[in-house]
Amino acid sequence: MANPALFGRRRSPLQDHDAALVRGAVAGPRGVTLKEIPHLAQITLRGDADDADFIGAVRAALGFELPLAANTVAVSGDVSALWLGPDEWLVVGAPDSETDLSIRLNGTLKGQHVLVVDVTANRTVLELSGPSGRGVLEKACGLDLRPRAFKPGQCAQTNLARTVGILELGQSGAWRIYVRNSFALYLADWLLDAMAEYAIDAAL
Amino acid sequence: MLLIPCPWCGERDETEFRYGGQAHVARPLDPNATGDAAWAEYLFMRDNPKGWFRERWNHAAGCRRWFNMVRHTITHEIASVYKPGDPKPELPE
Ligand SMILES: [Zn+2]
Repeated sequence: MANPALFGRRRSPLQDHDAALVRGAVAGPRGVTLKEIPHLAQITLRGDADDADFIGAVRAALGFELPLAANTVAVSGDVSALWLGPDEWLVVGAPDSETDLSIRLNGTLKGQHVLVVDVTANRTVLELSGPSGRGVLEKACGLDLRPRAFKPGQCAQTNLARTVGILELGQSGAWRIYVRNSFALYLADWLLDAMAEYAIDAAL
Repeated sequence: MLLIPCPWCGERDETEFRYGGQAHVARPLDPNATGDAAWAEYLFMRDNPKGWFRERWNHAAGCRRWFNMVRHTITHEIASVYKPGDPKPELPE
C-alpha cells in the first residue's frame, strides 16, 4: 500500500514535458490538446461478477455498481470503475486516494476470494481533447472510434501506436489514455507528432 | 489481417491476439502415473487439419482472456467463438 509520506516526492513521467505539450496544442475549430493527468489513484479489482456478495461488497465500498457490460465505465463523483475483463476492473480515483480506496475495498471484501492491488504507480493518464482528438487517436488505434461505435462511458484496452493502453471516452468528449509509465513519454511524443498536421491547417 | 470476435470485447484486429494451438487437449490427471509415450502424446502431438479446427486464442492486448475459436485453416473463415467451459460446437460441413 502506498506510503502517504512519499506523496509529495513522487514524479510523473511527463512532469518535465510541459513545454512540448503546450507547444503542441492546436487551437481553433480543428484544435486538439494533449495533457497529462498525473498520479490518479488506480486499483486493480478482481472477483466473480456472478457472486452477489462480491458485487454487494464493492457497492458498499464505492457507493455505486461495478459495470458488468464489457468495455464500459461506471462513474460516481471522482471515482470510476473501468471494465477490463469479465472478472477484472480498474478502480480510478483522485490523486492520493489509493490508500483510502484500498482500505475501503479490503474492508468490505474481507474474507472473500478477490484481489485488490494498488497499481497507481503502473500507469499515468494522458488526456486528448478538442474537435480533432478522435482524428489524432485514430492514427494510433485500429478500433472504430466513431461516435456510433464508441460512446461516452465506454473504455477499451487495445494497441495504441505499438504500445498497449486503456482508452476511455469521457462524458465531456475528451479521451483518456492510461499508459504504462515507461511508455508515456514515447506515446505523448507520438501523439504530439500526430497532432502537428492540424496546426498546419490552422495556420492556413 | 483477421478480424477476430473476442467473446467479451467484440471484434478486434488479429494483432491484439496470441495463438494458443489446438483446443480441448486435456492434461493427464495424474502425470506421475502417465507413461512417457502418453506424456509425449499430450505434450507434443497435435492435430494438423486442412479445414476446420477448434483452437485456443488469447486476447493479449485487450481483456487478456483465453477463449476458443473454430477457424478454417485454409480460408481463415471463423465459424464461431466460445468461452472456456462452453460445450464443444459441431464443426461446419
Ligand atoms: Zn477480449
